Amino acid sequence: MAATTPVADHHDAHGHKQGFIERWFFSTNHKDIGTLYLGFAFLMAIVGAAFSVVIRAELAVPGLQAVSPHFFNQMTAMHALVMIFGAIMPAFVGLANWMIPLQIGAPDMALPRMNNWSFWILPFAFAMLLMTLFLPGGAPAAGWTMYPPLSLQGGANVAFSIFAIHMMGISSIMGAINVIATVLNMRAPGMDLLKMPIFAWTWLITAFLLIAVMPVLAGAVTMLLTDKFFATSFFNAAGGGDPVMYQHIFWFFGHPEVYIMILPAFGIVSEIIPTFSRKPLFGYQAMVYATAAIAFLSFIVWAHHMFTAGMPLGGEIYFMYATMLISIPTGVKIFNWITTMWRGSLTFETPMLWAIAFVLLFTIGGFSGLMLAIVPADFQYHDTYFVVAHFHYVLVTGALFAIIGAIYYWWPKWTGRMYNDAWGKFHFWWTIVFVNLLFFPQHFLGLAGMPRRIPDYNVVFADWNLVSSIGAFGMFITPFLMAFILLRSKKTGAVAPARAWEGARGLEWTVPSPAPHHTFTTPPVIRDSDLAHGDVSH
Amino acid sequence: MAAAQSADPQRWQLNMGRGVTHLSNNAYDAHMLALWICVAIGLAVFIAMGVAIVKFRKSTGAVADTGFVHNTRLEILWTVIPVILLVIMAIPATSKLIAMYDTRDSDLTIKVTGYQWMWGYEYLGQDVRFISRMDRRSDEIRQSGQRPDPATDPYYLLEVDNPLVVPIDTKIRFVITADDVIHSWWVPALGWKQDAVPGIVNEAWADISTPGIYRGQCAELCGKDHAFMPIVVHAVTQDEFDQWLASRRSGNNDPSPLALTNAVPAPPAG
Repeated sequence: MAATTPVADHHDAHGHKQGFIERWFFSTNHKDIGTLYLGFAFLMAIVGAAFSVVIRAELAVPGLQAVSPHFFNQMTAMHALVMIFGAIMPAFVGLANWMIPLQIGAPDMALPRMNNWSFWILPFAFAMLLMTLFLPGGAPAAGWTMYPPLSLQGGANVAFSIFAIHMMGISSIMGAINVIATVLNMRAPGMDLLKMPIFAWTWLITAFLLIAVMPVLAGAVTMLLTDKFFATSFFNAAGGGDPVMYQHIFWFFGHPEVYIMILPAFGIVSEIIPTFSRKPLFGYQAMVYATAAIAFLSFIVWAHHMFTAGMPLGGEIYFMYATMLISIPTGVKIFNWITTMWRGSLTFETPMLWAIAFVLLFTIGGFSGLMLAIVPADFQYHDTYFVVAHFHYVLVTGALFAIIGAIYYWWPKWTGRMYNDAWGKFHFWWTIVFVNLLFFPQHFLGLAGMPRRIPDYNVVFADWNLVSSIGAFGMFITPFLMAFILLRSKKTGAVAPARAWEGARGLEWTVPSPAPHHTFTTPPVIRDSDLAHGDVSH
Repeated sequence: MAAAQSADPQRWQLNMGRGVTHLSNNAYDAHMLALWICVAIGLAVFIAMGVAIVKFRKSTGAVADTGFVHNTRLEILWTVIPVILLVIMAIPATSKLIAMYDTRDSDLTIKVTGYQWMWGYEYLGQDVRFISRMDRRSDEIRQSGQRPDPATDPYYLLEVDNPLVVPIDTKIRFVITADDVIHSWWVPALGWKQDAVPGIVNEAWADISTPGIYRGQCAELCGKDHAFMPIVVHAVTQDEFDQWLASRRSGNNDPSPLALTNAVPAPPAG
């Protein structure tokens, strides 16, 4: 029987009740830190969405009505920086914090104090980044990619945005170290690696990617800093440097970065679909190996972001082939998820809807990605709205849908309450309509010739832009709707049992709902039947 | 010449155009092959998902087959078949890519320089060079905040004062660079874009089959007026081109043998 302390509040080993400051600012508890990350990510998602509403408001009709071109460029750069580093990545770290110890039978993360610091760096980093909006010259306006020489034309924001990025990178690296140390050292006896939940596996692999590439980003932006302030010429041709070298260094980080943002999503979907199919994940070992293959390949494809930069022919051919190859393990995963559902006994509660939508819509994003890999075609797609459509399908209907699905899936475990499933389904269907109105027409705009990062366009592009903007406005209410649904459940939701979902398997479902503040303070005795993948004959 | 160009973007446009060069047709063909293969795979995936959702619902009595959890043959099948599809895409893509890099034996070389926020064009060896800036009418509209009217301003943000004049049926080599930040020179009808990087010279080529006016835009974020430095190419017959070039060489400033679409009157003196 999994040993847990039955006390639901936080006296326990502290011997005294924790005050608010001690509990939330000096936390060493993986559940509270997970909650902090998720709450922060939610706020940042609203900030990032607000920036995108400014963008889509300007792009709703031709002509420049709402903002100046320079402010528009600040909005596009900040929208991406906030969403990537402030919303998606912290949300995944929050889910890791909450669920990895519970899934592997550990009492907490390996390094609880470092865990706290990893979180608390973020509000300071983002305060610094967001305040650049109020500096003379405004916020960074050279895209989240910050290519020199343009990024070096920025004013005071250059130093502050680089400093903020360094802080975010340190936070991510420390979080990744914590995940690896926890997974490799603190699994309960009997929790072999190949019996571990897939979410823990995908996070283990993601953590290695983070440690490998966040320092590379730090190097790239530090070279920007020294080029601007200390008279180096890393990226200045007149001084003997090379602007394209920045792109190589940035994308050596940047490509694994996008896999950092999707591998935990793959893990989440691999948890949800088996639960609501009442059947174990199909091809568990293939799924683990496919994830590792994707992670390995993600290091050797970076220059597909640079096909038009003027690389030699041999480089272009190599990167085309390597990029196309990634579709193989990714396809394997899609097929395995569908086969998990095949011959299952399916029900369609809210988390399952998000997971199914992930499989279908992320696949669309994968298709546009494969098309982008074909260099002769990419010479037309590059830097157009076709690319914007691609990455929003994989990041919004991909990563974000997985995060939303995970929250709806594990909410009863965290809070002990079940939300109103009808409202959850309403949130889901509303999102499906508006997210596709928002992003699908952007494929057409790119193919028709509309470039990226422009605040205004010729009248022939107006029709699809208006459709897209309507999608954006509809999407903007969804975080508030979700907050309403979930917070309401805490007052009026039905009490949730330990195993909140009939088909759910895994150690997290053996502890009470809500999960006590401290769980697995003594390691659980693991019965293979409690696990999702206890049977290793496959 | 004044007729609507088939290469111009259209309202509600869904697909890429074929364009007017070998390379634009290559891009279109590569795009369509990839698109059809993706549609085929997508149909298979979506239909399988749809069948599963309908056939295996608990509400209609489906019982889970908890033993159906792995199948090595299936894993091999759905690894090998996609690899074959990738090879089918990669082989023509490779030959098309090699063709794009073959700038040998060109008849004319044009140097393109990106500036914040305009293009410079130079006919190498011909002593003709000029700056090409977005037309003033577009600039007036975008500064005013008014909505452009498609009837009076159909080429809003897609017109310039000095278009690039080139002959048809000629292999033209472009050498592309920039003076300040990275820009990118893109005319969809020609089939490609190449980044204009300060300190580097990139190369590309085009052979235009059909006379006409072809429009494009800067395709790399270059600052506040990135959206306001378009590209216009006037493709004319060899004779018209030779005449125009000779006339420019001797100091005449005629922008093009073709009428500009938004003929902008000279600004009033003073």
